[in-house]
This record gives sequence, structure tokens and C-alpha cells, in this order.
Amino acid sequence: MTAAEIPQSRGLRGALSDWFWRNPGMTLFLMLLPPLLWLGIIYLGSLFALLLQSFYSIDEYSGLINREFTLKTYAELFKPANLDIILRTVTMAALVTVGSAVVAFPIAYFAARYAKGRWKAIFYLGVMLPLWSSYLVKVYAWKLILAREGILNWTFAKLHLTWLVEAWLALPIVGGNSLSVSHTGTFLVFLYVWLPYMILPIQASLERVPGNLIEAASDLGATPRQTFWNVLFPLALPGVLAGSIFTFSLTMGDYIIPQIVGTSRRFIGQAVYAHQGTAGNIPLAAAFTVAPILIMGVYLWFAKRKGAFDAL
Amino acid sequence: MIRSLATCAVLALSAGFMSAAYAQAMKTELGEGEGRLNVVAWAGFLERGETDPKFDWVTGFEEATGCKVSVKTANTSDEMVALMNEGGFDLVTASGDASRRLIAGKRVQPINIDLIPSWSKLDDRLKDAPWHTVEGAHYGVPYVWGPNVLAYNTEVFPEAPTSWSVVFEEQDLPDGKSNVGRVQAYDGPIHIADAAQYLMFHKPELGIVSPYELNDEQYAAALDLLRGQRKLASRYWHDAFIQIDDFKNEGVVASGSWPFQVNLLKGDGAPIASTFPQEGVTGWADTSMMHAEAANPNCAYKWLEHSLNSNLQSDLSLWFGANPSVPAACTDGSGMLTAEVCAQNGSNDFEKVRFWQTPITQCASQGECVPYYRWVSDYIAVIGGR
Repeated sequence: MTAAEIPQSRGLRGALSDWFWRNPGMTLFLMLLPPLLWLGIIYLGSLFALLLQSFYSIDEYSGLINREFTLKTYAELFKPANLDIILRTVTMAALVTVGSAVVAFPIAYFAARYAKGRWKAIFYLGVMLPLWSSYLVKVYAWKLILAREGILNWTFAKLHLTWLVEAWLALPIVGGNSLSVSHTGTFLVFLYVWLPYMILPIQASLERVPGNLIEAASDLGATPRQTFWNVLFPLALPGVLAGSIFTFSLTMGDYIIPQIVGTSRRFIGQAVYAHQGTAGNIPLAAAFTVAPILIMGVYLWFAKRKGAFDAL
Repeated sequence: MIRSLATCAVLALSAGFMSAAYAQAMKTELGEGEGRLNVVAWAGFLERGETDPKFDWVTGFEEATGCKVSVKTANTSDEMVALMNEGGFDLVTASGDASRRLIAGKRVQPINIDLIPSWSKLDDRLKDAPWHTVEGAHYGVPYVWGPNVLAYNTEVFPEAPTSWSVVFEEQDLPDGKSNVGRVQAYDGPIHIADAAQYLMFHKPELGIVSPYELNDEQYAAALDLLRGQRKLASRYWHDAFIQIDDFKNEGVVASGSWPFQVNLLKGDGAPIASTFPQEGVTGWADTSMMHAEAANPNCAYKWLEHSLNSNLQSDLSLWFGANPSVPAACTDGSGMLTAEVCAQNGSNDFEKVRFWQTPITQCASQGECVPYYRWVSDYIAVIGGR
């Protein structure tokens, strides 16, 4: 048998394999092609198609879409009613983010510092379990909890604290006829639903804070408060920011919770849904979606500078 | 610009010819069934006994005709229009806000009513309804219809309220407490029509002819009324089950509603009843329409005939809290529907119902009307408190 005979006997498959071996660049190209096509066409392509739509406008008389480049639709966004929607959504997203950071931090701290073995498993289960059940079921359940004749009001009545709820509900903006038809209710449900997304990154970043740094701080005479603000919090900040990316963007994009719990005042997602529907006002719907993209862009840039992506 | 106008004119003309061609292509005789039928429908409109074995009007049809029915449920009128634009379906159960769009978009074909023997059994008032009849051509067969009634709490209202004013204007209810925070309104721009209907009665000087055809002045008056309503309503409803819960747990005592919720609440023992106030009510009427390029036209015609079957109309109306398009279904005992349930669902009040239509710029009653897309953005503003 001569050496020249061996490649011939390996047939087409062999030839192909040899060819790829000789052209490693081609191998890489072909392997990356499907994901790049997916990212480029399906993902970015549809995003740009959407952006393009926002530069069209709707003809006021016929209701037909006028496919000429204009900024008129963006000007619509600055009408008071639409500006309200954007401000309302961003404020809610910011409050939910701060709220979940405050609630999540002690939980994550406990899990990272004190929970061991079985307790750690219970912690993970407790945080993850709500994520396994249907989002809709949880939101509907909250509607029942917050209802005027729901369990929360019942508990407050038993504790003779009804006056407290009433006083809160009498406040402007956050108040309302009952918790389930107020912005407070919407906030509580957002807080509950997105909390796990805040706990897990904070816990991950706290685990990386060496315990001896805390001890060193107290050895040097720092009060617990000083230790927290000067040592623990700065080191855990990337985790908080990573969690805030989730809670902020998820709140900003959600259109189901404010539909079930709250005052019926629209959030960005609901406005998009309403405009793209029977109304056929795709340009305005597209312009509305550009708002959270921009806001998130600025936010992510800020978070990256603070090192949030190291904690993911 | 002038050239593009000319192109438009040519296009419009050719579209006109094409619709004439479609009209001629209408089927004149039926052949054998094709063995299958694809339908886009609202949830609950085509039941085959899977939800509740008592409610089944599909398997019998399949056995009798050999047409295997597959149903694609849609949640909104927009989804229905989108699915029909995609194609691959034979029939759609379209509401009044989708039917005219489907006709205008040439996605549905005219029906030869001579091929549907049961056509004669239809309620005469539905036969030429404007939401499926254009220039004398029928683009579908009426399926079922329902009113938007005023639901109220019988403990608060010992007697049924006679006017929609309980949900539109601040006032003390018969139990001595104000209606602020205790009423609801529908969370859809089409609710502007309810306000317009109220104004039709109380402010005749506005000259509103149809609540779906409003000029700028009439429209502004309706929005003003709705801004007042925002102060009364703590929440707007759009999900039937959320509204049911609000009547039970949220202290809501009056709201526009559907017989569907009222029947479920009554069945649950809640003190809720419904009424047709003096101003009249709005309502929906659905039509089975056939795709312009239906692949299974014979099965589609067989289903259209079957859809007027008294037993189907009876069971479907009971199931959905709707009203049959074949009036006999209420009384002939062919299904589970009784005259009493029909009366509850509003069958006898057809004349009081102004059925949903999509507001368009070129309206019939006056020069120019406010189109639907403005209803959407303005209703969002009203709910937002603007």
C-alpha cells in the first residue's frame, strides 16, 4: 500500500475533513454563521425594522401610515398624556428597583454569610420556587390578597390598624379606593414578582466579599453602620447594580401587572399594545418602544462603568 | 406627487374591478366536502365537548359531513385580522370591528345565500346588517350577538337603575353613599361610544346620529364626560374574570358589563343583576366569514349552514351568555337554552342595541368623523387623568 492511496480510499467525507483542516478560518466561519445570522437578521433586523417604523407617521385623516421620514411621531411622545406614561413607567421601575434592593439585601446577606448546608438549599428553593409557578397565577393571587375584602385588609382589621391603611390610601397618587386599585398595589406586586432577580446577584457578590475585611473594619473601630457603608456596600454594589438591571428593565417592559392590579393608568407596554392593535398606529407604538431602549441604554452604560457585569 | 395620485387612482379602480370579479366568482353550487375545515374563532365559539361534555356542536358536524374541523382561537380582533391576512384558513368568526376591515382588505368573499337553506331562519334584523353586508353582497353569516348591559348590585339598588348616569356622573346611590370609587367602565377605546350614546339621549343638541360616527365637537363632549367618569372609576375592566372578582371583593356596585359575567355572578349567588337603561346599550355581533382563498369551500359552506342549526345556536348562546341569530333557538327546545335565559341575555332588546363598528374617517352620517386610532390615544389620555 502506498501513502497516496490512503486519502483516496477515505472518500468525500475525508476530503471535506481535510479541506477544513487546511482552512481553519472556514471552519470558524461556518460554525459562527448560523448564530450570526440569527443575531443579525432575526434579532437586530427586527429591531431595526421597528426603529424604522418609528420614523413614519400616521396620516391624521385617513389613518393610513405615511412612509416618509419624519420626526412627527417622536414629537407625539412629548404630548402631556404620553409623557405621563413614560414618566409613570420610569418612576415605577426606579422605585421597584430601590425597593427590591432594600428587601433583597438582608435576605442575600443572610444566605451568603450565615446559611450553611441544608439552610442554603432551603434558601435557594425559597427564592427560586416562586419562579417555577405561572406568573399570571401569582399576579391574580395578589389581586385577591390586595382586594378591598381581601386577606391583607382583613389582617389589618384584626390588628385594629385599618386606620393606617385608610390614611395611606387617602394620600394622593399612591392612594386609591383600595390597595388593589392603587399604585401602591402595583408597586407591591412588581416588588414580589421581580425580587428573586435582585436577591441572586446580590448574594453572588456578597459571597465574594472576604469575611476578614468585615472583621478588620470592626477591629479598626468602625461602627456596624460605618462597616456597612464603607466596606460591605461598595463591594456588593456590582451585585446590586446587576440585580437592578433585571428589576428595572423587567418593570419597564411589563404590561400585564398594571393591567390586573392598579389604577388602569397606562404603562409603556400597555400603550404599545394599544397603539399597535386595531388602531394601526404602528409608528407611535414603535416610538414608544424606543423610549425604554434609550433609557436602558443609558442605564447599562452607567452600570457597566460601576462594574455590574462582573457580578453576573 | 401627481403621478403617484394617478397611480393610486388606477390601483383603486383596478381594486374595484377585482371586487367585481370576486363577486362573480361566488360559488353557485356545492360539491363534495374536502375532508377538512380550518376556522379562526373566539375561545368558546367552537366547542367539541372537551371543556364540558354537554357542550359539543362540532363532533356531530364532523360525523355528518366528514369535514374534520380544526380551530385556531384568537384573543383580539387584531389577531383575527392578522391570521386571515396570513391565510390558510377557511372561516373566521369576526366581530363588527374586524368584519369591515376584512371586507375592505378583500380577505373574505361574498356568500351565496342560496346555498344556505337555513338563511331564512335568521333574525330578519341581522340579515342585512351593515357589518357584513356591503352593496347588497353578504360577506358572512351572522353567528351570535350580545349586548353590553348595565350590571348592578341589587342590595345597593333595590330597583334597577334606569340610566347610565350612575356610571357617568357623580351622585349618591340609593344606599345613601356616593358612587365615587364604586363603579367601573370598560377598558377599551370603544367605550367612548357608550359615552356618545349617553350624550345622544341627554344632549340632543349635539346632533349625534350614531355613537360610532362623531365629529370633533361631539367627540370632545364625549371625552369630557369620560374625564368626569375617571374620577368615579377606580379601575377600568377588560378581563371578564377580573370584573367578576371586583364585583365580589372590591365593592364595585355598578358597571357596564356582559351577560356572561352577570350570569356567572348570579350562579355564584352574588346579588348582581343587569338592566338595559333608557339611553340604550352598545353591543357586539359576530359573523362567520369565509376567506377569499378558502381551500375548503364546500366544507365551509356546510359549516355555515350548520352554524345556523337551532341546536348549535341554542347551546352556544347558553355557553357564552350570548344571543342566537336564529330566534327560534330560544324557544324551540332544540338545545339547553330557554326563553328565560334568552331574555336575561337581552334577546328581546335587540332594538336597543347599537352594535360595535370601527369608527372611520369617511362616515355615513356626516362629512368627516374622528377615526379609531385617535379614539385609542385619547382614551389612554383620559384614563391617565388628562
